[in-house]
Amino acid sequence: MTANGFLQIAIYGASLWLLAKPLGGYMARVYQGEPAGLNRWFSPVEKLIYRVCGVDPGREMRWTDYAIALLLFNLLGTLALYGLQRVQGFLPLNPQGFGAVSPDSALNTAISFVTNTNWQGYVGETTLSYLTQMAGLAVQNFVSAATGMAVLVALIRGFARHNADTVGNFWVDLTRTTIYILLPLSTLLALVLVSQGVVQNFSPYRTVPLLEAVSYEQPKLDEAGNPLKDAAGNPVAERLTGREQTLAMGPVASQEAIKELGTNGGGFFNANSAHPFENPTPLSNFLEMLAIFLIPAALTYTFGRMVGDTRQGWAILAAMTLLFLGFLAVAEYTEQAGNPALADLGVDQTASSQQPGGNMEGKETRFGIVNSALFATVTTGASCGAVNSMHDSYTPLGGLVPMALIQLGEVVFGGVGSGLYGILVYAVIGVFIAGLMIGRTPEYLGKKIEAFDVKMASLVILIPPLLILGGTALAMMLGVGRSSLFNPGAHGFSEALYAFTSATGNNGSAFAGLSANTPFYNTALSVALWGGRFFLIVPVLALAGSLAAKKSVPAGPGTLPTHTPLFVVLLIGTVLLVGALTFVPALALGPVVEHLTMIGMK
Amino acid sequence: MSTQLKPAFLMLVIWTVLTGLLYPLAVTGLAQILFPHQANGSLILERDGKPLGSELIGQPFGDPKYFWGRPSATAPYPYNAGASSGSNLGPTNPALVEAVKARIEALRAADPGNAAPVPVDLVTASGSGLDPHISPAAAEYQVNRVARARGLAPETVRKLVAQYTEGRQWGLFGEPRVNVLLLNRALGRTAMTTFLHRQSQ
Repeated sequence: MTANGFLQIAIYGASLWLLAKPLGGYMARVYQGEPAGLNRWFSPVEKLIYRVCGVDPGREMRWTDYAIALLLFNLLGTLALYGLQRVQGFLPLNPQGFGAVSPDSALNTAISFVTNTNWQGYVGETTLSYLTQMAGLAVQNFVSAATGMAVLVALIRGFARHNADTVGNFWVDLTRTTIYILLPLSTLLALVLVSQGVVQNFSPYRTVPLLEAVSYEQPKLDEAGNPLKDAAGNPVAERLTGREQTLAMGPVASQEAIKELGTNGGGFFNANSAHPFENPTPLSNFLEMLAIFLIPAALTYTFGRMVGDTRQGWAILAAMTLLFLGFLAVAEYTEQAGNPALADLGVDQTASSQQPGGNMEGKETRFGIVNSALFATVTTGASCGAVNSMHDSYTPLGGLVPMALIQLGEVVFGGVGSGLYGILVYAVIGVFIAGLMIGRTPEYLGKKIEAFDVKMASLVILIPPLLILGGTALAMMLGVGRSSLFNPGAHGFSEALYAFTSATGNNGSAFAGLSANTPFYNTALSVALWGGRFFLIVPVLALAGSLAAKKSVPAGPGTLPTHTPLFVVLLIGTVLLVGALTFVPALALGPVVEHLTMIGMK
Repeated sequence: MSTQLKPAFLMLVIWTVLTGLLYPLAVTGLAQILFPHQANGSLILERDGKPLGSELIGQPFGDPKYFWGRPSATAPYPYNAGASSGSNLGPTNPALVEAVKARIEALRAADPGNAAPVPVDLVTASGSGLDPHISPAAAEYQVNRVARARGLAPETVRKLVAQYTEGRQWGLFGEPRVNVLLLNRALGRTAMTTFLHRQSQ
């Protein structure tokens, strides 16, 4: 890596830390109902929404009511999005005339977007109408992000309150998040992205001439659209000459902005943020990466402010940053080292001022290695899942990094809301383990951590491995699971492992060679998506309710301080140990075996 | 539970209108006023307004007289911007090695004297299949071939390459790169000028 590479990464990290406090403070004021600028000017809108919906913003909910409201809202969202995809052919804003999406794919996509995952089994630009993208997918991009942030705020209230039986009002948290945080930031980012070249229009796809005609082969089809076969049963190909190119269009920038800010990650186009119309310049790329980590980083400060001790937030942010840098170093190093199989063919993979070098399969020239590996680490540290390079073509260890980051629970910054509530659960486990070691009742932020709390935290830690490892094992045992694999050998196993990891972690990125748009994967991954989201949210809300009801105990001489470097190390250790114990065997079968094969091939 | 059903339903309606219709429409309106060129695909327009391509979307090239761009894995033809895609070939997949080998052979066949190592971006498929750029090293690798095929001095071609090379954005972000479509269009114009110049002499 060149010196410039280190500089780009340093600027990225510094920007995040600098923005954490102002944005985090703003969000704390929004959630606590204090004046914060925007919430003054737009408060008539907020009040109107409550009046229309018959919501009393002053009435708080117990954790059970909060969970029911949240689940109902998300269930209705799933049904609406499913329905919209099934009838898009009859609706306006469909210049390409796309018909109904198949039932299993529509269900998978609906759950995928409601759970903030945006796993995509379909190809956006050949499947979905502009209306489905906007009024279906973009809506869930906003409200699924707001849902995650609402759960986090409820958990923070659990820590901040004492002897209370409520954790907030879900409708109020949802509304404030959307109109005061997500919408203003998205509008601003969308316009800056357009200035860089991200498209934003409702035109039909454009056809332009090619400068040089291209000759290509494609399977010959009969009148019914089935591939023709010759006497020996081999598909017949026909040779064609192309003189034109189709340019897909659409309202992309508005969706792109919330895709990153809400850590959703669902691309308007199949190639996601590698597509020049989604991510045209290095600056747009920098802003997209910044947008992914922006809210998760700032929420650590919001947390610190709301529990009355900002040092607690900074300690969490420090733990996240250290974990991030460790994984980033591995990704950058292995991708820059390149592919030994290509070096043998006389390919120059050395980085210089004239070329990025390294493993460039599946990567874009304008991003090179530095910004591709950085994006991959960011998008999987968070639960975003947008990609600006194809993870399936990463070197084995380079591809292990995104997979492992998701398996750790996406707590390295993490999804909006979900990342912080995830790492707070790890913190609870961490103080519990430390409490056992020093023989005292564990406490965190003045709350005694008792049996019920540890049970809920354990559920959050144990459910994802069950879905990931169980799902992968199922896929490997069934022919319909194995037949979708694209790459041979250990890498094929990694594709299935990555799919269940990504779905359960609500990430949405993929080893995209896997043909996931089949009834088996659409259905099995839907289960992983739903479980990975709501089977964790309910225990987190239960934890919030339990904590809120406790009295606050003042810190004594036996209390483990949770803002010190020692605690940061304890937290990092807990995250890594739990993750390693759970996933190392599976990772050994996939990326590790492939790495050894790759070195052996040389 | 039923008391929550009404707000759940109405909230969904409100957010669909607000974030699913009003927000994208407002952004479209502002984008079309502030940045119409970019919002509509950064099209390269002929004098009569007919689009000739997009500055941001690459095109396939295989003739020795043109600079070649990144290999593209889109189907059914390369650089199909109606169905973007990478190859998704894994690093140890024999198909990847075969594909790269074939690309190197094609480059060598078009430029027999050139024994320099091939810059990696010239023989590996891009992530989108639409990458409009190659690295300056990949352009330099092709300068002599293009100059010979067009009967131009290598220095003339090299100068043109320099003209279409973008540095890191703000001197800092991303990688230096050459826009292949814009370079090839300019190359066509230069060749035409040189041709006319010779005719008039």
